[in-house]
This record gives sequence, C-alpha cells and structure tokens, in this order.
Amino acid sequence: MMRELKILAVIVVFTLITYYLVEPFAHSQMHKHVEGEGFTYSDLPALTKTGDAVKGKELVMGAAACTGCHAITKEGMAAGMDPAMAAQSYGVNPPDLSNAGVVYDAKFLAALIKNPAHALKVEHKFDAAKGKMHPMPQFYGAGGDIDQEIADIVAYLQSIAPKAEELTSEQAYKLACGGCHENRYAGWTQVGQTPKFKKKQDELKFNLAKADYQDALTKYMGKLPPDLSIYIRSRGEHYIKTFVEDPQAYLAGTAMPRVGISTAGMEKVIEYLEDSGDAKRHERESIGPKVMLFTLVFALFAFLWKKELWSKLH
Amino acid sequence: MTKTNRRAFMGKAFSAVAGVGAIASLYAMKKSWDPLPSVKAAGFTTLDMSGYKGNELVTEKWRGKPVFILKYTPEMIASLNDDQKTRVIQIGSDYFMVTLGLCTHLGCIPGYNPDEKSFLCACHGGTFNVAGEVTKAPPPRDLDIPPFKINGTTLVLGEEGDEYKKLLEDGKTLRV
Amino acid sequence: MAHFTKATGLQDWFNQRLATDIVSRVMATEYWIPKNINFLWAMGMVLVITFVFLLVSGIILMMYYQPNVETAFDSVNYIIMKEVEFGWLWRHVHGVAASIVFLIMYIHMFTGIYYGSYKKGRELIWISGMLLFVAFSAEAFSGYMLPWGQMSYWAGMVITNIFSLGDLHLNGLVEWIRGDYVPAQAFLNRFYMLHVLLLPLVIIVLIALHFATLRIPHVNNQEGEELDFEEEAKKYKSGDKKGSKVMAFANDFLSKDMLVVSIFMILFFYLVFYNYNFAMDPVNFDPADGLKTPAHIYPEWYFLWSYEVLRPFSTNIGLIAFGFAQVIFVMLPFLDRSPNAVPAHKRGAFQIWFWVLLADMIVLTAMGKLPPEGIYSTIGLISVLLFIALWIVLPFITKMEKKL
Repeated sequence: MMRELKILAVIVVFTLITYYLVEPFAHSQMHKHVEGEGFTYSDLPALTKTGDAVKGKELVMGAAACTGCHAITKEGMAAGMDPAMAAQSYGVNPPDLSNAGVVYDAKFLAALIKNPAHALKVEHKFDAAKGKMHPMPQFYGAGGDIDQEIADIVAYLQSIAPKAEELTSEQAYKLACGGCHENRYAGWTQVGQTPKFKKKQDELKFNLAKADYQDALTKYMGKLPPDLSIYIRSRGEHYIKTFVEDPQAYLAGTAMPRVGISTAGMEKVIEYLEDSGDAKRHERESIGPKVMLFTLVFALFAFLWKKELWSKLH
Repeated sequence: MTKTNRRAFMGKAFSAVAGVGAIASLYAMKKSWDPLPSVKAAGFTTLDMSGYKGNELVTEKWRGKPVFILKYTPEMIASLNDDQKTRVIQIGSDYFMVTLGLCTHLGCIPGYNPDEKSFLCACHGGTFNVAGEVTKAPPPRDLDIPPFKINGTTLVLGEEGDEYKKLLEDGKTLRV
Repeated sequence: MAHFTKATGLQDWFNQRLATDIVSRVMATEYWIPKNINFLWAMGMVLVITFVFLLVSGIILMMYYQPNVETAFDSVNYIIMKEVEFGWLWRHVHGVAASIVFLIMYIHMFTGIYYGSYKKGRELIWISGMLLFVAFSAEAFSGYMLPWGQMSYWAGMVITNIFSLGDLHLNGLVEWIRGDYVPAQAFLNRFYMLHVLLLPLVIIVLIALHFATLRIPHVNNQEGEELDFEEEAKKYKSGDKKGSKVMAFANDFLSKDMLVVSIFMILFFYLVFYNYNFAMDPVNFDPADGLKTPAHIYPEWYFLWSYEVLRPFSTNIGLIAFGFAQVIFVMLPFLDRSPNAVPAHKRGAFQIWFWVLLADMIVLTAMGKLPPEGIYSTIGLISVLLFIALWIVLPFITKMEKKL
C-alpha cells in the first residue's frame, strides 16, 4: 500500500511538472501579459464640468452636427444612409448614438468629441500634420467654454441611454463592436442582424450589402476585422478585456481603435461573446458537479467490491 | 452475511452503480440524436392566403413536403356535400382545400385536372376528388391535412389551431 | 453433424455451440495474474476504457461533423457545441480523452521499461504495444485535422512537408499524400477516412494482437520472479487462495482494475468539465487560413518530445534524428543485452538510465513547446544529444550487468 502511494506520488509529481512546463510556463513565455487598468483610461484628462443635457441636445442637433453622420433612433433621428453606403463614404458606419451614453466611458466620450484620433489611439494612422484626417471631425466648440459644451453633449447622451442594469448584451455588442466585427454564430453582420429570408432576392440583396460593406471596411482598416463568434474560447476573457481597453498594448501599430468602452458595456459585451462562443456554459456548470459526485460514488463502490474480493487473497 | 454473499452483493452493488452511469450516458446519447433546434424552428410555413386564384392548384412547401392549396370557386363550393364541407378551410370569405400533396398510398405527388376537378396519382392510378377524398384504390385514405392555424388572412402550417384540432378529433385526418 | 444434447440451461446452450466455458476460463476466471503487482498493472484497462470513451463520443460526433473545408469548423463549433443536445459534452470528452490517453500510454510504456516487461518471451507484447503507440499517434494526428482550425491546417502542412525528406525534395510524394498542392478538401476527406474507419480498425486488431501476445507469457510481476503458473493455479483452485502466488483475472484483478479506472475517471471528468484548454488548444478556435501562419505552431503535448528532436538540427540531420527517435523504442528488447528480467532498481546502471531517460523526455517535451530561441534551444540541443547518447549507451551498460 505504502509502495503504491509512493509510486502514485512519483507519477503525480512528474505529470504536474510536465503540465506546468508545457502549459502555464510555456504560455507565459509565448504570450505577452498585459495587466490592464480596469477601464480607468488614465491617459485621458478627468472630467471637470457638470453637463446640462438640455443644452447638450441643442449642441448635438446644432453646432456639434453629430446627427449629420450619426443616427439617434431613440430620439427619432434615422441614419442618413444605409450601412453599406455609409461604409463606402466613411470607411465604417457611424454608430447610432442611442446607447452611447452607457456603453462608452464618459471620460472617453469627452476626449473623443474633442479629438477623435487621439482618444481612439489611432494617431499613428490619422496624422493631421500629414494631412490624413480621421473620418470623424473634431468638435471645435460652439463659441463658449468648449469643455462645458462637451460635458453638456455627454450629459445628453447619458440622459437618453438606458441604465446600466437595463443595457442588453445585444445593444452593447452592436454599438461597441458590431460596426466592424461580424459574429456569425449570433447572426450578426456589419449591416445588421441576419433576418429570415422569404425570397431569394432578399437574401441576395442582404449579402450584397454585406459584401460591399466589408470591402469598404477592409479598405479603411487594411484588413477585415475578424469574426468574433468564438473569440471567448480562442482568446479568453482576460485577453479580450485588456485588448479592448488598449489594442496598442498587444498589437502596436494596429488599425483597431481604442473602443473607449465602459465597465458596464464591457460586461455586456463579454456576455454576448459567451453566448455566441460558449453558449452551453450554464449546462456545463450545472452538470459538472453531478458527474463528479457520480464518479466519487462509483469509486467508493469499486473500492468496496475490491476490498471484499481481496480479503480472501491475503 | 457470509463472506461469499457479501462479495456477490458488493459485485452486484458496483454493477448497479455502473448501470446508473450507463443509463445516464444512454439518455444523453438519445438526446444528442434528437432533431436540432434549427430543424424544429424551420418546421413552420406562413402563407398569405389572399393571392390565390379559384381552381388553380398551387403547391407550397412545408417541412420539405409539398402542400396543395386549392382555392374553391363558388361552383366548386356548391358541388360539395355536407361531409366534404367539413374538410374545407375558410379564411375570411374564401374557401380552400389544404392538404399534403402526397398520395396516401406510397407518397407520389398526384396531378390535378382543373377541368375534371380531380386528382390522379400517376404511380398506381389512385384518384381523389375536389375535396381531397379518395375515389379509387389503391390509396387507403383521403389526402392528409397538415396542422394549420388561421391568423387573419394568413395560414401558419405546423401550428395546431382550433379548426385543425377539430378535424383531428372528428377523424377527418391523421396527424402528419 | 457434431453431437448436441438437450441443454441444461442457458449457459450450457451457449457452451455447446460456442465453447463459452473454455473461453471464460482461459480469458477470465482461470487467467492467472501474479499477486505481486501494483496499480500500474491496471493501466492497460484504463487505456481500454479511454479507448471506449473515444469510440462512443466519436460515434456521436460523427452524426454531425461535416468533413468539408467550408463547413467543418462550424459543424464542430456551432452545430455540435451549440445546437446538439450534450454535443459540447461529447466534444469535450473526445478532446480530453484523446490527450489523456497518451499520458496513460506513456505511464504504461515506462512501467514496462522499468520492470523489464519486454524481455524473455515478452518481446512481442512490447512490439505490438509500440505499434499501438504509432497507430494512436496517427489516429490523434488525423483527428486533429478535422476541426479545420489554424492548428489543424498548419500541423497538416508541416507534418506532410516532412515527407519531402529534406534534400530529397520529394514534393511529388507530399502532393500525393495531400491529394492537392496544399491541405485542402482532398486532404481533409482522406484524413477523415483514416480517422473514423481505417485507423480504428487497425487499432482494434492491434489491441487483440497485444492481448494475444500477453496471454502465454502472462503478466509480469514487481520482482520479475518467474512463476510456475500451473503450480500456483492448483493451489488457488484447491482453495488455498491466501497461499497461492496468483489470483484470477476475473473477478480478482478485474475488481482492482475497476478501482483504478474509477479513480482515473475522477481525474478525467474533472478535466472534461473544468480544465480542458490543454486538450483543446485556443489557436485551433481560429478557422483555418492558408495565408496566415499562427505566431506559435506546436503539436499537442504528447508529440512535443518528438518535435523537439527534429528542431535543433539542419533539415536532413533533423529528419534522421526524428526517424531514429520514432524507431528506437521498438528496438528496446534487442538493445537491452542484460540476461535479467527484473525491476530497474535491481539493475544498477539501468536504473540510472531509466530515470535519466524519463527526465530527458520531460525536458524535450517542455523545450518542444517553448520558442526555439536562446537558452531554450541550447537546452533542447543538449537534451536531444543526451537522448541519442542514452540509446547508444544502452547495449553497453546492459551487457555489463551480472546475471542475478
């Protein structure tokens, strides 16, 4: 018995050493580890003003001209162009701002409105000095205190957005990721959720719009942003969170902008990705303990049977 | 308990535990064999009943099978007896024959003759009348009526509405 | 017409027609196993059970997997993982079992090496076992192609490239194996055929052969003692179960087999539900892309030592070293020149040889996963040279052993 335990110990030790070297250790050597900041966006200036949502609405419709490109369907303002056409004009479809107030971080929104390329961390690609302008123009102010005006705009966006607890995973993904990233397992394309097609022509029209959009997006980004269906399995939650927080930290020089997502928005995006890439996790978590219990019972009965039979052998 | 009995008992007890595991595995295997959710979801066809013309047979598709939609003209309605009228489906002020387009003999698709207002199955010569009732062997029963539900002017095949349930109860069709 | 009598019961009915009594005695109730063994002797049964798990889960996966380059990835990661009831469970069982079976095989192999269970009449057990290792390796490789992820594609590309045999430039052979210039539809389909039909048949035949080669020599024991099985069997059958040096396979050893299997199952299902990424590498969750090589390509853990043997050298030397490494284990019964079939701890230098080999295989495995740079490639090179040296030295150190 003692000898068997010694043998088992030897096997366990060698197996664990091998496992450690091949898995955690090797992966730490192959992949950079980025700790992340928890979406504090410490490089962006803190917010100093309290915004007035009513004034913000005037600015959004007026001097800031947001609705020139951005739909705000919640307030009855539809998009000016269909997604494919918008992508051909701007590279990507300017997102609908109905939920922006909750999905994006407030500090980020303020910095974005003032200087999009800087907040998005794509100045390496869009350098004003070199004449390469970001498709989203910056807000130069409406004549008053620009920081106050920006605070008003952000306050307005927050006022029309749902509360964090009411935000759905679809809303979060669609806004924060869906303009560039398809998710075919969830039926999401850059031109919208794939509907049930009645006629072949409808299907062809939809796929044509999608192809046109993806062509424009590829031209804009340099490469088609990947489909995120199963990223939760291929990259994992930590990588995704820290990557979204700052893509440049992992892939310096990448065309992917810093998303500027809020913690609430990120939680919901992770949920969306888990639903598309790890849909059966609840079932797995519920069945797991039951199966483990069964194996313990099985082992107990095997032991009792063995003990009975072997009592006559010694 | 004697030693031998205890041994045999423990052996049987262990086998029983193993058996429980085997049954649980078989259950999971059976569930894996079940039709997929996407297959079951595709089992409904919605038809807009406003576009059909009288005495013009249209073949729609439901669960991969052909479905005959035949709109009755006033003359065709007048020619039906009371028994046949129970098989008619009324949608608004229109009347239809709605059946599977499969001969109840061995599943070939019967052809419709609008002049004679009857169906003839080319495979073995079975015939059906304008109400879908079998009029010549070998088909053993009338054309089957698929599950349907009336929603205003649309018909949803695959759902069981009250009219369909009544047809089942009265034995006018088998469940397909 | 042979003579048949009225059966005295169901057992007698079958026995008259199938000789089931003799089969039962020879294969189970009078198959004598030495008592002086430990739980490592149960690894064979653990392998059988794991193989059964692979067969059953594989059969269910086959109901939904589509061996088509356009749909394979989604048939696994969407249909099986999301749509099929318990599909995720069978996929996890299959992936984890495919990985863990090699751990058990290595334990089983090294048990055989330690106790000298390849010597003196047991050479064919060893050889058939090594053939099984090769067959399982081919089965694992072919299976890995099927999800058609990035690792599937690039592993397929790299491993088939080996067959160009370095400076021989046998590109025609490589294209013939693939059925195309690159791993594509033809490649996927034929490896699907190998994985679900041909190789499983070969494995089943080899398992039968492996059992057959074991039956006459009987299982070894912890001291390497040569037992008079007839004599010990007589004692057992006459009722002296305590005094006999043997026990019956059924149900004595079988009950211990089941106990070891049950403990294995605790580990196995823990991995299936809670810790499965080691068996289903994240890189393979990217769909195959022939125009983009992943930053890090590596085989599954059980091939890493082999992979590392190939890496430190120039192409031709590497291939020779690789070929050597695949074949040399088979030669063990003939390279070990010692007359003693006893456990390693009684064999002096061989005991050191054993532990050094084991440690070296682990170092090779680790280096095979790490990027081939800096200190890792140095350690890798030393480990490969040590591996080759160990096998060259084996005939000499074993020849020097005194007969015990």
